[in-house]
Parts: sequence; structure tokens; C-alpha cells
Amino acid sequence: MSDPLRGERREAPASDNFVELSKLRDEGYNMLVDMTCVDYLPQHKSPRFDVIYRLMKLDEATGEDTGRVELHCAVDESPILLSVKSLWPNADWLEREVWDMFGVKFTDRPGIKRLLLYEEFKGHALRKDYPIAKRQPLIGPKSGDKADSPSFNILKPTVTGE
Amino acid sequence: MSDTSQKTYMLNMGPQHPAMHGVVRLILELRGERIVDAEAEIGYLHRAFEKHAENETWNNVVPWTDRLNYVSPLINNTGYAMAVERLAGIEVPERGQYIRVIASEISRITDHLTCIGASSMELGAFTVFLYMIKAREYLYQLIDGLCGARVTTSFTRVGGVKGDLPPDFAERFAKIAIEVRTAVAESGALLTRNRIFMDRMEGTGVISKADAIAYGITGPFLRSTGVPYDVRRAHPYAVYSKLDFEIPVGTTGDNYDRYLCRMAEIEQSLRLVEQCLKQIPAGKHSLEPKEIKHAFEIQDAGKAGDTELLMKYKAKVDQTLEGMSRDDQPNTRVLDRKVTLPPKESTYTNIEGLMNHFELVMWTWGVRIPASETYFAVEGGNGELGFHIVSDGAGDGPYRVRCRPPCLFPMAALKKLLVGGQIADIIPTFGSVNMIAGELDR
Repeated sequence: MSDPLRGERREAPASDNFVELSKLRDEGYNMLVDMTCVDYLPQHKSPRFDVIYRLMKLDEATGEDTGRVELHCAVDESPILLSVKSLWPNADWLEREVWDMFGVKFTDRPGIKRLLLYEEFKGHALRKDYPIAKRQPLIGPKSGDKADSPSFNILKPTVTGE
Repeated sequence: MSDTSQKTYMLNMGPQHPAMHGVVRLILELRGERIVDAEAEIGYLHRAFEKHAENETWNNVVPWTDRLNYVSPLINNTGYAMAVERLAGIEVPERGQYIRVIASEISRITDHLTCIGASSMELGAFTVFLYMIKAREYLYQLIDGLCGARVTTSFTRVGGVKGDLPPDFAERFAKIAIEVRTAVAESGALLTRNRIFMDRMEGTGVISKADAIAYGITGPFLRSTGVPYDVRRAHPYAVYSKLDFEIPVGTTGDNYDRYLCRMAEIEQSLRLVEQCLKQIPAGKHSLEPKEIKHAFEIQDAGKAGDTELLMKYKAKVDQTLEGMSRDDQPNTRVLDRKVTLPPKESTYTNIEGLMNHFELVMWTWGVRIPASETYFAVEGGNGELGFHIVSDGAGDGPYRVRCRPPCLFPMAALKKLLVGGQIADIIPTFGSVNMIAGELDR
């Protein structure tokens, strides 16, 4: 018996992630519970990253969880995955976090922004080859950017990468 | 006169702002008082929880989990410990499970009291804040008696909890429950039918059922839209299946409904603790009954070649010093010394306990969990608090720990909640999201 909190474990080729996930959404998996990534570099797996989508079928009326599934997609650094934020809007932030922490790219989000760390951060902190004691260069305001300048407060159109 | 109605203004709210609980920056585009666009920038409190967890031993991650949702740390402790136990395939004795549920529910009350108290203070109801924080303080004192700390609890261990309930716990809780109920009733009398409060809360920050589900929102936020999803009911863990509780739901999914849901949940949590304290088994109700044998019996068995059974038994060393005559607390831990730390009494009074303790805490010795991965979730103060944990079987700590922070999801939906509303609506809406920067930014 599979664990009801995990559901069935499925794997899909990274290039099919959008197709597989839209199929699952049509099957009734209406909530993207979580999306995360694991770096298997020290275990010499190829491709090195395992991106995990965790889905749930939630019954609106009874509040029952009628089934879960986790979809694993193995990718490396080259952009293969497609963004699924058109299927579940919360994928926007979750994909930004996966990019931020692991440097996994999404084909249709070339200008994706980091979620937790700042734009000037060098490297991707949760990669296994990122040393825990690594120092980052000090940053300041970009030249010419003053706190009261009109450009400082502009709502960046690049926030979601489009 | 130029046409000012079409001009939009940018406003930075935060990162340091009295209403931005913790640090978060909202970048707003305003047309007059209307919000045309909004963007949240998070990460100001990022302390690399997940990276640190990969570099710690299994038990050493527990203190880090206190710092996730620091308003309800005991729920994080429980969630993490249960996820590791699921991975290791061990089951905590029933008494330990009851203690965890009691601790979690007390934490849930402090979480809701803080959320309602702080957000009503921002709407001008300072009295309510004082009532609620006073009640919270009593609960913190109770938690202090339980774990020795008010907020940095670090209460659970892999395989159990730090210690048993203090002897006067039930009596103290009964007294404090009266205080909490009084505070909730008085605050409710001040707020629930208050014209000013209702004007600010009703119809603001509305989200539909479908949108809430699409955004992955759980907890009181989802329940306020009328979806009675609660991890404690959908996937009962610990002893929740033996307890009777209701799941309060709202109808419209606005700030007022979220307030009512949280108020009702405080009462449900109090009921849960009361039931637990009545039902909690005394004596030896360990799910893995392993007898404690005297050291000489074990020695005799070993001499007779019966080494297979030796690992199952815990040696009871005969006392020559007064401290050694004290019994362990067999019901709060799994009696598997390869996984769980020995009780402090044992560490400090006999050599077996001391060695056992050292072998578990020394780097590269510690607990070994076979290579596997799992996901486990508990109902946190803000919703489904999940831990995805991977073990590579080689080290004495996790290979990867992913925390699913429940308040990240309403924060991702913040734009949807705010756009179209007035700038003053940010305060109640952001308050009811109950963003806890510790778990949001990790």
C-alpha cells in the first residue's frame, strides 16, 4: 500500500513535464501541493537534479483528499522543463524558488527572478557543490540608482520573466 | 489642470513597516487609494534552514525547526520528528504521541491568538491585543514548564519527546484554559459585532474556493472559503483519529471569515488538549514493549549464547549511587538505543547512557537511516506543514530536507487578494494571511 500522503510515485521525462502535468490536472488533481528539487551530484546520477511535483485531488465539498501523486522529472542544467504556472498559478513562486536554490531553468521563463535570495547572489545555494561557508561579494545600489530616483521604485516588468 | 485620475503612483511598503509582520516588501502601484498592481518581495529573513539541515545530524535539525514558524514551534518540531520516524519506520509509544498532540494544540492556540491579536491591533483594537497576548503568555509559561523554553522549544526527538509532562500539568492547563476562554470571549465581544471592525474585515481580501485551491492554500485560509480540508482529518496522524473535534468553516472567504475560523479553532484546540489529558495512558503503554531487564540477567543471557535478544532489552543498571535508582521514562521514547537518545537521567548517571548519548551525537557516528525518501505533513497553524526528506543511507543526517511552508501559498496569492482593493485593506488582508517570515523565507 502506498503512503496516502505521497500517493503513487511516477516518473516522466523532463521534456514531457507540461504534457504529463496537464493530463494529471485533467484527471482531477486540482492542487499543486508542492514543488521541489533534489541534487544528486555526489551520487553521480545523470541528470543530476530530480524535480518533484506533488499533486492532490481535493474535494471542494467534503474537504477530503481523494488522492495524491508525486511526479519526478530528472533534469540537468540545460533548460528542458516547461513552466506549469498556466496550470496552477502557485507554480510561479515555486519555480522561482527551484531556480533560485538549484539553478534549474525553465524553457519558457528565460528572465526568471530569484525568490528568496537577491539578484546579485552568485551561485545556487542548495546545490551540493555550493560550500556552506562560501562568502558572497558585498553589494550596494547600482551606480546612479538613488533611493529617491524614479527608477528605484519601478514595479519591475521582469518579475515573472515575461 | 492635468488629468490626475490616470496617473499611478508607486509605493514601497516595507521591508520595515509596522504592519509588515517581520520583514517583507510590498511594491504597490496605486491610482489614488486603489491598488492597481502589487508585488511581494520575500526572502529578507532567509537563514538557509534547508542547507543547514543537510549539514546536521538527524536530531540536530530539531532546534532549527523552532525557527520556522516561531509562533507555533512545537508543531514544527512534531512535523519534522514524525517525518524522520516515517523514514526510519519507527513508531512512537502512545503516550509520546499524546504528548505531541497536546504540545501541538497548545502551539496552535498561541499561533491563532497572536494572529488575531496583532491584526486587530493594527486596526486600532489595542485592548484585544493585550487580552490575547496575556492569554498567550500563560500558555507560554505552560510550554516553559514542558520544555524549559517559551519559544525555542526543541521539544521532540527522533523517536519521542524530550521528557514526560510535568506532574501538575493537567491542573495548570485547566486554570489556563479558563484564562484563554475568557480572553477569547472578551475579545469576541469587542470585535465580532463591532461596526468599525466589520467594515474593515467584511468583503475585503476575498478569495474564491477555486482560486484558493489553485494557489495551493490550506489551513484556516482555505477553510474560510468553505472547504473543510484539514490534515488532522484528511490524514489523521498521531492520535487525532481518537479525538473528537470540529472543523470550523467560513462561507465567503473574506478577512472576517478567517477571523471567525481562527476564533472557533482556538476553542477546538482547547477541547483537544482537554480530551488528550483525559485519555492519555499512564504506565507502560509502549507500542513497542521491550522489557527493562537487570544487567545481570542480560549478562546471564549472553553467557548462555542468547545474543539475539540482547539488543531488544535495555539494561537496568543496579544502583550504587542514589541518582541511579531513578527509573527512566520508558513511555516517552522508543526503546531502541540505536535511534533515540537516552533519557538525561541515564546520560548523567551511568556509563552505558553516557556512551549511548555520545555515540548518537558524535559526528559521523549517529543515527543511520537507510536510503529512502518520504513526505510527511502535519496541520500547522497556517495549514499543511510538510517535510520532504531524503536519506542517502551513508551519512548520519538528512541528505535533503524540504519544508513546505504553509504561508508561502497565500503570500503567492497576495496580488490576487489586494488588487482592486483600497490601500487600507492591505492591513486586515495581510494580517489574516498570517505571514510568518521564519517559515516563509526559511
